[in-house]
Amino acid sequence: MFENFVVPNLWPAAPEIFLLFMAGLILLVDLGARSPRRGATFLLTYATLALSALLTLWYAAKVLMPSAPDELARVVLTFHNMFIADLLGSFLKALVCLAVLTSLVYSRRYLEERDSIPRGEYCVLALFATLGMLVMISANHFLSLYLGLELLSLSLCALTALQRDNVAAGEAAMKYFVLGALASGMLLYGMSMIYGATGSLEITEVAEQARLMHRTRMDKTVLVFGLVFLVAGLAFKLGVVPFHMWLPDVYHGAPTSVTLLIAAAPKLAALAMMIRLLVGGLFTLSADWQSMLMLLAALSMGLGNFVAIAQRNIKRMLAWSAIAHMGFMLLGLASGAGRNSSRQTVLEAYTASLFYMVTYVLATLAIFGLILLLSRRGFESDELEDFRGLSQRSPWFAAMMLILMLSLAGIPFFVGFVAKFAVLEAVVFSGHYWLAVLAVFFSLVGAFFYLRVIWIMYFDKANENASPIEASFADKTLLSVNSVLVAAIGIFPQFLLGACGYVLARSF
Amino acid sequence: MMNLSLSHFLILGALLFAISIVGIFLNRKNLIVLLMSIELMLLAVNMNFVAFSRYAQDLHGQLFVFFILAVAAAESAVGLAILALLFRNLRSIHVDDINRLKG
Repeated sequence: MFENFVVPNLWPAAPEIFLLFMAGLILLVDLGARSPRRGATFLLTYATLALSALLTLWYAAKVLMPSAPDELARVVLTFHNMFIADLLGSFLKALVCLAVLTSLVYSRRYLEERDSIPRGEYCVLALFATLGMLVMISANHFLSLYLGLELLSLSLCALTALQRDNVAAGEAAMKYFVLGALASGMLLYGMSMIYGATGSLEITEVAEQARLMHRTRMDKTVLVFGLVFLVAGLAFKLGVVPFHMWLPDVYHGAPTSVTLLIAAAPKLAALAMMIRLLVGGLFTLSADWQSMLMLLAALSMGLGNFVAIAQRNIKRMLAWSAIAHMGFMLLGLASGAGRNSSRQTVLEAYTASLFYMVTYVLATLAIFGLILLLSRRGFESDELEDFRGLSQRSPWFAAMMLILMLSLAGIPFFVGFVAKFAVLEAVVFSGHYWLAVLAVFFSLVGAFFYLRVIWIMYFDKANENASPIEASFADKTLLSVNSVLVAAIGIFPQFLLGACGYVLARSF
Repeated sequence: MMNLSLSHFLILGALLFAISIVGIFLNRKNLIVLLMSIELMLLAVNMNFVAFSRYAQDLHGQLFVFFILAVAAAESAVGLAILALLFRNLRSIHVDDINRLKG
């Protein structure tokens, strides 16, 4: 019965296999840990994430990199074409591992000061969420995509509810769970329709069938019907209007360390999922999904930037800002194939989106890291009030926050400006001038609430009885490196832009 | 006896899906009903997959259904755990009582 069973090539999935093994091992190690600080668990988790990133990069450098400069990179398919390893996937997987690693380092002290969060489970769940993201990023089959997605969202749900005496966190977890399940349902319904139309669950095969249907002028109604549900599901996961309801509540209610985990790395995985499904799978229908994405983008930029102004809680404000940023990022994907587009312009548009996402995730990591470092036992430091006069209490923290806020606002010479400019260039080139004007207008509106944070930090008087700010040298160094990296990419964007362009051009 | 075609199954799937969406959005009473709606939604998708798989003579769709069932079980485990947590903290599972976070 098993005579034609062939052991699949396991090397492309080495980071995932390693991560799974280590997550199980850390669970066991944690069982025997006595100290409440869980030093060993944390160290093992850091090492696991760093090694997974290294394994990914090593495989990419050794196998996937093209030997000649203008050659396409190798794409390795394994596990009966369910798993794909390409340069884009490796790039994003390494970034995801590093983002989760940074998040956990920032969260360490926050977790130590809150006794009701079990630390061992926290690490293991974070590792499983990372595994889910990695599987999602390298999925070439609806099944592996779905399983990765569920592993990610269920782990994050459990993480949100991990602090058991926190009523707001429980509520946030419930909302996240219900709307996450709704999103998965939508996505699955779309997948079932696409399966019906193309007769395949493999993304590359779906692309082939869709092209064939296009060439033979067959009726594509079922395919487009499935696409609508697919885009709705993706929009839920990304959190763009009108599928954004969960985002502010989850960001606000979850413990800040979990908010950081939800806000940073999963965005990269969601972008990868979007590129795999829409660009890799259904590029034939790009005219259909581009108009859907444009609508979503315009709505989220509008609503996100206006509602963020009214927020008094900085986590909630950042949630609305995330909605607006995701809208802006979608513009790049939406303006790929346009009136006068060649392969080059399409790639440039997607490069802009990828660059936008990577820099956004970098800035988000640093901002939430900063909020985590400012919080104390019994004090969350998540109201705008808490930042009053920060420059007098700690000029260094205020300076870092200044860089990050200016970056997100998109002020010239900061990274947000470069990212926004690249996306706008793509939009203008595809001929949607009204969309570009709208985007600029909403960005100007959005600049207001970022600048307000700076105003509060530098020109308001500090509270008399504010607690002194103390952070360990290691935490401060990491935050400085992270923020300075954001600033440096703003001044020398060509390296990261080049890398984004390179991985995209060699993967498609 | 009436002959059942693919579209009958698809319409059934679509109806189940629509009922579950209405159940999620119009339900103002009980969180358990919300969890049931989510299960129903996954079952509606299963109906689609099985129907397509049967009519296209392709087993992959039915295989997918097994995985969806397994994930649905994991999902209800997490969902019910969060529900138990909420009940312990709030002493209620009414949808209207989950209103701490607003804005």
